[in-house]
Amino acid sequence: MSAPRSVVEASGITKRFGKLDVLRGIDLSVPSGRITGLVGPNAAGKTTLIKSLLGLVRPDAGRLEVLGQPVNGDERYRHAIGYMPQAARFPENLTGVELLDMVRDLRGTPPSEDSELLDTFGLAPELAKPVRTLSGGTRQKLSAVVAFLFQPDLLILDEPTAGLDPVASGAFKEKLLATRERGASILLASHTLAELEEVADDIIFLLEGRVRFHGPVARLMSLTGFARLEKAVAALMRQGIS
Amino acid sequence: MSPWLLVALWSLQAPAGTSRTLHVSPGGPLPTLTAALEAAAAGDTIVVRSGVYQEPEIVVRKRVTILGEGAPVLRGGDHQILRIVADSVTLRGLVFRDVSPSAVDDRAAIRVEGARGCRIEDNTVVNSYFGIYLAKAAGCAILGNRITGPATTESLTGNAIHSWSSEDLVIEGNVLRGHRDGLYFEFTTDTKVRDNVSTANLRYGIHFMFSHGCSYTGNRFIANRAGSAVMYSRGVVMEGNRFLESRGASIYGLLGKDLVDSRITGNLFASNTGGLYLEGVIRVEVRGNEFMSNGWGAVVMADAEGTRFERNRFQENSFDVSTNGANATTRFAENYWDRYPGYDLDGDGYGDVPFAPVRLFAFIVQQHDPALILQRSFFVSLLDAAERVAPILTPRMMEDARPSMAWPAPGIGQ
Amino acid sequence: MSNAVKVLRYQLRDIVRNRWMLAYGLVLLALTEGLFRLGGDGGRVILSLLNVVLILVPLVALTFGTLYLYNAREFIELLLTQPVGRGAMFAGLWGGLALPLCLILLGGIGLPFLLHVAASPIPTRSLVVLLGTGCLLTAAFTAIAFLIALRFEDRARGFGSALVVWLICAVVYDGMVLLVVTTFRDYPLETPLLTLILLNPLDLGRVLLLLDFDVAALMGYTGAVFKRFLGTSLGIGVGLAALSAWTIVPLWFGLRRFRRRDF
Repeated sequence: MSAPRSVVEASGITKRFGKLDVLRGIDLSVPSGRITGLVGPNAAGKTTLIKSLLGLVRPDAGRLEVLGQPVNGDERYRHAIGYMPQAARFPENLTGVELLDMVRDLRGTPPSEDSELLDTFGLAPELAKPVRTLSGGTRQKLSAVVAFLFQPDLLILDEPTAGLDPVASGAFKEKLLATRERGASILLASHTLAELEEVADDIIFLLEGRVRFHGPVARLMSLTGFARLEKAVAALMRQGIS
Repeated sequence: MSPWLLVALWSLQAPAGTSRTLHVSPGGPLPTLTAALEAAAAGDTIVVRSGVYQEPEIVVRKRVTILGEGAPVLRGGDHQILRIVADSVTLRGLVFRDVSPSAVDDRAAIRVEGARGCRIEDNTVVNSYFGIYLAKAAGCAILGNRITGPATTESLTGNAIHSWSSEDLVIEGNVLRGHRDGLYFEFTTDTKVRDNVSTANLRYGIHFMFSHGCSYTGNRFIANRAGSAVMYSRGVVMEGNRFLESRGASIYGLLGKDLVDSRITGNLFASNTGGLYLEGVIRVEVRGNEFMSNGWGAVVMADAEGTRFERNRFQENSFDVSTNGANATTRFAENYWDRYPGYDLDGDGYGDVPFAPVRLFAFIVQQHDPALILQRSFFVSLLDAAERVAPILTPRMMEDARPSMAWPAPGIGQ
Repeated sequence: MSNAVKVLRYQLRDIVRNRWMLAYGLVLLALTEGLFRLGGDGGRVILSLLNVVLILVPLVALTFGTLYLYNAREFIELLLTQPVGRGAMFAGLWGGLALPLCLILLGGIGLPFLLHVAASPIPTRSLVVLLGTGCLLTAAFTAIAFLIALRFEDRARGFGSALVVWLICAVVYDGMVLLVVTTFRDYPLETPLLTLILLNPLDLGRVLLLLDFDVAALMGYTGAVFKRFLGTSLGIGVGLAALSAWTIVPLWFGLRRFRRRDF
């Protein structure tokens, strides 16, 4: 694994949806080998930023590099990315097995697969059923399995634990830490600040389409004077709005 | 003493009542047909042996039989090849070649002039202005000849068999192609035209005018540039003919104009732009014909009087019937229409509701030719459907009150 | 194997389970078989099917096409987060719809002909012309459907627009052409009329069918341009090219939209 020094390099990223300025000039340099939490209030631009990293959303302006590759329509850099959306949506008629086969097929033959989560979540019996019959939580688990399957260099996770029960959620967090241990980088958008506090090394705080803070969790706390992430972020928000 | 005179003397000495046979051959004692005819007496037979003969116009003034042996060739040039002016002359097995076109006279390979009872059989005519030209002939039989014209332009090509002011002819089994008209009759009466093939002519396959009481049966008219035309005649019978592949603007398999008391029965009209066209006709019976895959099956002008279409088959035509006026009086009965959407609940083999074969769209196309490009469009189907529900334009008279469910229609009298 | 082919394969697997596709195939089968049962021979069945192909095929291609793209949203989003390019995605999506629609058309109409081959020989040439035109119409109208679905985010508006496009192509446009023909009867109409035909893919398909089924009538045209266009292979060549353009151009604009689109 030849990880670049930073996994995301962004400068001057803007994006408008109609009359709505969603990203108003994002400058970022996300270091590799860390778990970076992406926080901010609703409509701050978290999901749009994540979709920009994946090439799903085309920024209006700015320069964006992911894993050292410019995001310009060439899809190959996504071989090294695992993504878990906020609410996993799959083609309804496919079964879990078909879904996994399809993703394997698209990725080519990876050197090794990491199907640990499949066992952890006990998903095997669910895989023969069409996706449309699965519960929201089960779909979320399936989505996590897909994201981790190919040992990606960069994991982009948008509210990954939102639909998970506490047991699954705990297992997932352990998986995050283990993944960092093997040298991968993780970008984790979440509203659950307590959870972030447990796993995140760095925090990016996004407000009204701009990066208001980016740095280690410890620095955020010393900056705001709060020992809990939740209070620290709340303090940032108050500053930002005032 | 020349051999010529010797022969002449010999012929004079021949006992009366016995017919002789004279032989014509290149380099022989009778090297030309002209010489043989001079030498021959009425009732003699002249055998022309294989070879090419180039002579001035040959005139047959005696009742002789002329037979070709080994396909002798009589060549023309800028004059007629052979003219028959005597009665009861027979001409068989000869080849006639090359009569150049003329703007002044109607030169033919074989001309019959004012003669009766001639028999012209199994001859071949190639590249001639006119083929066989009958003028004031009577009781002649023209059988099994093959007449192939140069197929250049209409003005440089005469007719294959041309008959003017003649009567009581039998014209049978000839193959006619590459001329202006395959068969042409003017003021010709009581003539039977059977089993000929007339094809690829520059104008009409058959063309006749002012020719009453003639019958045409079993002929094939194929891919003639202007189809066929029959006009200004009474008592015409056309039966069992095939009119095929005449295509082009205003071109019909059979165009009938000012026909009176005539029958068109059992013919096949297929793959023509127009199958049958009738204009100014009176009491014409159209019965038992098949109209297949034509652009227009039958076009009947509104001035047709007492015309009846019965027990015909209309199938796969772009338009079955069209007309030019809403007051048309042509009657239709017991025809088979592949477009007929009706039903036969009483099971008598005939539809229970009438069928109006003239579509509104056919009417529109009649007046606005370019509209044809909309054929088979959904919009036009809607128009036709609307017209069926509330007819405003198409003639109500032209309606088959008893459409047959199958072809041939059930019942006797086919 | 390229990603486009992979996407196409997944779509095929998905779409064969779609009950609407099944219904489309059954309707075609029932229609064709019904026409045979009503006592038609092969030639007559084909003539009756002409209208079916000209009306039903564009309608199905437009409505299925728009709904299909709206329904494939999850699939598109999932695949675009994988190493799949947008061009491959788009090509696979379109192929994954147009191909099964064409196969259903070929099977739904072709099978009954094979079943009745003993009683009624297959009019091969006419059948090929009919099915070929049907496939070209399917290709063109699915491409147009994609363009519509990419134009409107809202699926109700997209579906409505697809129906309007069908109504225009199938009915309104020809009514307008007829109005032009009757209004400007005294003017040379050949070139404008042929141009109008080229601008409506449904009319193009229809004229391709006319060139086979109504050629005897078409030869009755007096105009030289008509004669040249409709009387020779020029008409078939131009018709095929124009109908192909009606597939390629909407696909090209559709791809442009697809590439720029945010998901």
